[in-house]
Amino acid sequence: MSEVIKQHYIVDGTDFTRAGEASGKIKKTLKDIGFPPQAVRNTAIAVYEAEINLVIHAGGGEIDVEITPEYVKVVLTDHGPGIENVELAMQEGYSTAPDRIRALGFGAGMGLPNIKKYSDEMDIQTELGVGTVMTLKINA
Amino acid sequence: MKVSEIMKVLEAELIYGEEFLDRDVISACGSDMMSDVLAYVKEQAVLLTGLVNPQVVRTAEMMDMKCIVFVRGKKPDESMIELAKENGIPLLRTKREMFTSCGILYENGLRGGGHPYNG
Repeated sequence: MSEVIKQHYIVDGTDFTRAGEASGKIKKTLKDIGFPPQAVRNTAIAVYEAEINLVIHAGGGEIDVEITPEYVKVVLTDHGPGIENVELAMQEGYSTAPDRIRALGFGAGMGLPNIKKYSDEMDIQTELGVGTVMTLKINA
Repeated sequence: MKVSEIMKVLEAELIYGEEFLDRDVISACGSDMMSDVLAYVKEQAVLLTGLVNPQVVRTAEMMDMKCIVFVRGKKPDESMIELAKENGIPLLRTKREMFTSCGILYENGLRGGGHPYNG
């Protein structure tokens, strides 16, 4: 693997049952090209949590992926409400998700902490009423 | 512990995955909160859950889990079974509740793994 692979996904914000499809495809791509297994799993978990967030909080969004032999970079862009207090949102157990989401197994306030834990680099740019851009980097 | 042994001790029904009965499982996680499941990677794990929606299978897929057991007689729908087939994850179903199911697996030698307090 020497070339850079680029992928683009659109995440539907209306269908919770389909959340995770993009993450599944990204995981398969990484696996197929022989990315190290632990980095594949870390990427899958981080992107999956972020994709779930797109659906729960932002009404969907877009995912851009860049895979090189050294790293995978994932940029998640949405036009949702933005995150009011990023520091607070990064705390384990803090969640603004409604009860209907909790009934589906998410919204335990572990999403952002989990994403940080499984990524080597994580950056959040957010503006209230405008949206959020999250950039993740996982090294091979 | 093999998937077939988990099936036996939990008196579980196999919903999908006969070809995976010989698969080895060395750790376990019981939760209805998928975010909690995603917080700690466990090697070759079985997921016990009472939650029934496609995100259960997605979570197991992302975590490289080896088997899913639905407790309290919960039944996955067709879309979940399809997703399990795509990802090669066997699905079991037991009438026992979560606490008892976890207890039985623990008694039979499975441990939590992954989490720092699990030893």
